[in-house]
Amino acid sequence: MESGFGSDFGSDFGSGGGGGGKLDPGLIMEQVKVQIAVANAQELLQRMTDKCFRKCIGKPGGSLDNSEQKCIAMCMDRYMDAWNTVSRAYNSRLQRERANM
Amino acid sequence: FTSSSGPGSAPGGGGLGGADPQLQRFIEVETQKQRFQQLVHQMTELCWEKCMDKPGPKLDSRAETCFVNCVERFIDTSQFILNRLEQTQKSKSAFSESLSD
Repeated sequence: MESGFGSDFGSDFGSGGGGGGKLDPGLIMEQVKVQIAVANAQELLQRMTDKCFRKCIGKPGGSLDNSEQKCIAMCMDRYMDAWNTVSRAYNSRLQRERANM
Repeated sequence: FTSSSGPGSAPGGGGLGGADPQLQRFIEVETQKQRFQQLVHQMTELCWEKCMDKPGPKLDSRAETCFVNCVERFIDTSQFILNRLEQTQKSKSAFSESLSD
């Protein structure tokens, strides 16, 4: 599998990678980016669901009542806020570390 | 065990995407981005437990400060652990050298 993969890419890049090339590296990169984005969204959703279930649902009833639904809605927004805050804070820290090197 | 710290780029790029430097660069960049994303997911989850009581209509400034502090302290903790581990390994290096024989 590995040698086949390598030789396909090799021949494609040799020919300039455009036109009727069987594997377009640009297209593959775009597809990979999409898959990564999807995976990240799924991860976010999974953790958000976990956290908001814990915060908002007490004893599980026969359905989600109004207060539970409101709580979940607010929780989702707050989780996104938290995620963005953490992302910014982490980014700042990384830049600070790089500046100190 | 071997400590594999650092950016983690594969030595001697004969493996994945080895034929094309553009593809290899892409993989390096995306891998780095994913490491960042994963840590944001992880820290958001951890800090949510520490900083969030009941989800409200917005993220108040106290919670926001808590999240920022949480990120910083998490990174500090990670660095502290690595540093101390390195120190204790150094002081035991004579011992572990005799072990590997």
